[in-house]
Amino acid sequence: MTFIFGLLFHIICINCKRVKIYDDERALIKGLAANDFEATETIYRENYPAIEAFIIKNNGVHDDARDVFQEAMIILFERVQSGDFELTSLIKTYLYSVSRRIWLKKLQKLNRQYPAMENVSEIVAVEDQIESHDKVSQDLDMMQKSLEKMGEPCKSLLEAFYLQKKSMPEIAAAFGYTNADNAKNQKYKCLLRLKKIFFSQYKN
Amino acid sequence: MEENILLDAIERYRNGEMSSEEKTYFEDLRKQNSEIDQVAAEHLFFLNEFDKFRKVNEFKHTLNEVESKLESEGLISTNPNKGKAKIINLWTKYRRTIAVAACIAGVVSLSTASLVSRYSVNKKSEAITPLVDNKLHQMEHKINQMENKLNDATTAIAKKPKFEANFRATGFLADGSGYLITNAHVVDKAKNLIVENTKGEQFTAVPVYSNATTDLAILKITDTTFKKINSLPYTFLKATAELAEPVFTMGYPREEVVYGEGYLSAKSGFYGDTSSYQISISANPGNSGGPVINRNGEIIGIISSKETNADGVVFAVKSRNIYTALKEVRANNDIAIKLPQVNNLKGLDRVHQIKKIEDFIYKVKGN
Repeated sequence: MTFIFGLLFHIICINCKRVKIYDDERALIKGLAANDFEATETIYRENYPAIEAFIIKNNGVHDDARDVFQEAMIILFERVQSGDFELTSLIKTYLYSVSRRIWLKKLQKLNRQYPAMENVSEIVAVEDQIESHDKVSQDLDMMQKSLEKMGEPCKSLLEAFYLQKKSMPEIAAAFGYTNADNAKNQKYKCLLRLKKIFFSQYKN
Repeated sequence: MEENILLDAIERYRNGEMSSEEKTYFEDLRKQNSEIDQVAAEHLFFLNEFDKFRKVNEFKHTLNEVESKLESEGLISTNPNKGKAKIINLWTKYRRTIAVAACIAGVVSLSTASLVSRYSVNKKSEAITPLVDNKLHQMEHKINQMENKLNDATTAIAKKPKFEANFRATGFLADGSGYLITNAHVVDKAKNLIVENTKGEQFTAVPVYSNATTDLAILKITDTTFKKINSLPYTFLKATAELAEPVFTMGYPREEVVYGEGYLSAKSGFYGDTSSYQISISANPGNSGGPVINRNGEIIGIISSKETNADGVVFAVKSRNIYTALKEVRANNDIAIKLPQVNNLKGLDRVHQIKKIEDFIYKVKGN
């Protein structure tokens, strides 16, 4: 009798452990999507050491590990942003797979020694996601460049409105426009210019 | 201004700031007017991109904050960038590459060691043949003697030495005051040297420079009968010649000057020797020391040897070695040799080029 109870208890416990991990992961993902500092920190803390070890083992240095891990985190962030994200693997597995792929690509580019395959079973397919990330970061670079090209005061004005989400009266005061309508007009002119620059690059 | 209102409407629509009535009106407007719809689609796309940009930037900011927090806790290490540490990092970074390279280097040095020991003995004697004709005997010797006698009889060369040569090669003037260039292996074992031009004029010469490594030698004509030549038609190429460049040579595989054509087949010589070229040309004993000239009349090299077991594989010392040799001569012997600076051959057809050159190509004989 005690044996059966013990067994039952054990099974329940395995399940609650699973549920707990699942919930934890979900909470972390949610936090990450909201750009929450603590969630990001937790993910960083739990995953960075393994990836650093992998990269150092494969001809990398600490700075390489940081760069690769940052990129992997951004890819994960983009994934959870896009809404259709479903966690099919543990965050740990996901980050490891992405980091590994990024690092191997870099090694290939640098023609350095390619590491031997290891632990393949732990790895999920991430190639497509890295590719779409590359595309996204290209687009974002383009946006950055368009903003730089536009010059002042347009750049700051648009950043204040669209990025920092400041209100028009605030912006008018900060940029020295007589009233909010003037600021708004100026913002439109800048926006049209930015769009023009952005789309001219985008179409190329 | 109309577009401003439209863009404003799109932004309010996107941010959910429209009343349901306004929203329906706006959606209907988009359906009815394709132009408005297009502007709206484009602007929404742009705003999405801008949003992504904002979010990723914000996230990067968070990431950096997390990173610096964890760094201060010591969980993340940075690269020390100074002095020794950097070298150690490089070492860790490249140690596998270095290990592989070291292995390869080891194997190569072992194999080259065996190659060198194998070939250093045989190099000159077996694998390659210096193109000095030292078989001046039998028939040819007799012909020589006859020629000499004929020369004696027909040309008015005074005091022609009674000279029994046992080898023949080629040389050419580098300085009109009487300096010739030929191969070191031509002159190294010779006691006496005689040079002879295409007119049959003979002069005694002495080596003033000889370098077995580059296989270059410089001779000085000591006879007072030699008349200084004011200008030589060719120049000497300082750079490296191009692969496949057509070249020609003149030399004395026979008693008479012989012209030959070929091309540059490799930028290095025997076993990768970078001080010489490989040239595909027909060359025979006696061609040693002959100039290799490109179509512009620039001397790019000096024929020195050929591969014994292959046809048309000839090696020529690169002309830039001449510049080095001249420097050494100036430093050690205080002799200033001036190479010709003006080229009179460029653009001429080959026959005329040869006519201008041949007077300065000498037969080098000795015993």
